[in-house]
Amino acid sequence: MAVTTNDRSALIPLLQQVQVEMGYVPKEAITEISKELLVSPSEIFGVLTFYSQFRLNPTGKHMVKICSGTACHVRGAPLIIDAVEDELGLENGEETTEDNEFTVEKVACFGACSLAPVIIIDEDTKGNITPDQARKMVRKIIKAEAKKSVAAQKSEEVVNG
Amino acid sequence: MANYTAIRKWADEEVSAQRADKARIAIGLGTCGIAAGGNTILEAAEKTLANNDEIKADIVSVGCIGICYKEPLLDIEIPGQPRLSYGPVTPGETKKILENVFIHNIYEHKKALAVIDDESFSEIPSWHEIPFFAPQERTVLRNCGFIDPEKIEDYIVNDGYAGLSRALLDMTPEAVVKETLDAGLRGRGGAGFPAGRKWTIAADNIRALKEKQSDLPSYGYVICNADEGDPGAFMNRSVLEGDPHSVIEGMTIAGYAIGASYGYIYCRAEYPLAIDRLKLALEQAREKNLLGENILETDFSFDIKLKEGAGAFVCGEETALIASIEGDRGMPMPRPPYPAQSGLWGIPTIINNVETLNNIPVILSKGATSWAKKGTEKSKGTKTFALTGKVQNTGLIEVELGMSLRQVIYDIGGGIPDGKEFKAAQTGGPSGGCLPKEQLDLTIDYEALAEAGSIMGSGGLVIMDESTCMVDVARYFLTFTQSESCGKCVPCRLGTKRMLEILTRITAGHGKIEDIALLEELAPSIRDSSLCGLGQSAPNPVLTTLKYFREEYEAHILDGRCPAGQCKALITYEIDADDCTGCMVCLRACPTEAITGARRELHVIDPELCTRCDTCRQVCKFDAVLVA
Repeated sequence: MAVTTNDRSALIPLLQQVQVEMGYVPKEAITEISKELLVSPSEIFGVLTFYSQFRLNPTGKHMVKICSGTACHVRGAPLIIDAVEDELGLENGEETTEDNEFTVEKVACFGACSLAPVIIIDEDTKGNITPDQARKMVRKIIKAEAKKSVAAQKSEEVVNG
Repeated sequence: MANYTAIRKWADEEVSAQRADKARIAIGLGTCGIAAGGNTILEAAEKTLANNDEIKADIVSVGCIGICYKEPLLDIEIPGQPRLSYGPVTPGETKKILENVFIHNIYEHKKALAVIDDESFSEIPSWHEIPFFAPQERTVLRNCGFIDPEKIEDYIVNDGYAGLSRALLDMTPEAVVKETLDAGLRGRGGAGFPAGRKWTIAADNIRALKEKQSDLPSYGYVICNADEGDPGAFMNRSVLEGDPHSVIEGMTIAGYAIGASYGYIYCRAEYPLAIDRLKLALEQAREKNLLGENILETDFSFDIKLKEGAGAFVCGEETALIASIEGDRGMPMPRPPYPAQSGLWGIPTIINNVETLNNIPVILSKGATSWAKKGTEKSKGTKTFALTGKVQNTGLIEVELGMSLRQVIYDIGGGIPDGKEFKAAQTGGPSGGCLPKEQLDLTIDYEALAEAGSIMGSGGLVIMDESTCMVDVARYFLTFTQSESCGKCVPCRLGTKRMLEILTRITAGHGKIEDIALLEELAPSIRDSSLCGLGQSAPNPVLTTLKYFREEYEAHILDGRCPAGQCKALITYEIDADDCTGCMVCLRACPTEAITGARRELHVIDPELCTRCDTCRQVCKFDAVLVA
């Protein structure tokens, strides 16, 4: 019987740590971990892509998570997803908007089924949401961002001017 | 301070000191409470207290009591007075209620929900009288919503760790296994394998291993499966968030019983609050010598590590879960050998679900006979369910096994909202099935559910009404299982994909009548030849919907019609000329500008521009938007 080695079991926690810090797992991290644990990069890549939690690319500035659990599904989650994707111009399963402002993620289940359908935008959790409300939540953020960039431009003008 | 009497004494003193002269304001801040706006209630309560010197109370956050449809909940407990529950409250009402209760001694309020275990208020019902709670039996949820999950003393004063103390001090490991066997506790993760039998096999293998080898860090492992992956289920989350010590105690007892020195809790990463509370609980248990070296001054040592899942449904399967802890892709292995023979790193391992482990301390502290009084002959005890979907009272419930589906849906759940008709009850998540109204009198036990084509599963109970399309539900579950299939075995990898393709074309209006026969041919082959439970049970949603709702499949294929009005390709939106008032609300809300019309004139939907997003129907106050 093989003597238990705990090194290999550190792989997933390490990847999780990288993702918490960076928001995704960059290629360089795979190389580093590979050297550390003496596991080949291809094997790490295999583990990484197996689990839906891990991302290979950075996410947008704002995270929109829409629950697609059973309770949410029967209470209209597909309509929420359509509404948000339409509002953000995401097509054909794209997850992140071109301007890197938003990433939309369909989550299997938040476990807040009693309040279905549920959406989480950044830190803001809302239950019993309608497609119309979901659109409004997204629009509000877009508006706030636009305001911020105008303000930033103005202050830049002041500095430069 | 390490023996149980001393610990119990310490806890009693702590709790009475905390409660003696100070009132407690408890706010339900489980995931569901937060989603319902619990944090705004917390803020309102804090602000009210800051502005009123007369109100002296501690504000605490508690787990979920289960009555989710009344979230956010506000509970008030004043020393010498019964505990009162209000909900659903707004921040404004929170301020008003707190001022009423604490300053003016007025307890009645239109949001007064119940008084806990007391009948002294004539206008506020005792919580046992509320239809949602009356038929329930709380064993698993004994502490959820009542204790502060972040305080070990709260757990201990409610008989916490008494089971562990009895096991370690008064019983041999063999006697503990026997007690679990005698109770007849069956696995609450879904399959219903007797927990005591699993433990017996593991204990035998561990004993054999100890005779063979002498230098292993642990001769056995106890794994708590907290990878609650079924969409539509949150029973385990509520227990972990509301009563984390119960699971730790259950695991430690299991470790003693089988002869293991280490345990792992494999928890879904999607449950951050549960993970935080578990981490804290583990630290507290170690500090009080209820975990770690020489527990309660005995020779028994046991410790637990927490592992976060990484988002793979298949890791709920025991061998896949083990692979994941070992740092591999979570792919199942053929059984036998079973984990109880050769599990984590080749060592005998038992894997029990959160709810199974949560029952263990009760079995040990109250005795198997007392625990087994509830339930049916073959399905002992109680079971929690996440009652959700198209039902009036959604929430987390616990009932004695053997209760009928009808009682659960109508007595506890309060029936179907909006005057709609019940269509189906879905049990067992993606591995289960949809039961029609003819099965409403079915008793909830392992055998009856299996006979009807579904499974007990971990406790998801999603209610569907006439506006739920059963073909779409089958397609939904297959989308899930297909994307979660690990790809190791062909029947599951390709079989679920083919079934999904067929279901997708039926819901898109391109189905052929032969498709039904094709599904019926594919389903049993996938069931019989897949490697693990995921593939073996994936056809269940298809088989049960075909068995009970065949006419819906036929309507999609033969008439090009979705009777529930859900499948976008088969429905159109129209505005009723009689009911439309020309208020322009839908016209403004329509994201594709498909609605035309002037104020006080009939509005018209252009079917070419309409994307069936349902916004117009939802915003219309006059029910003038029709789906056909």
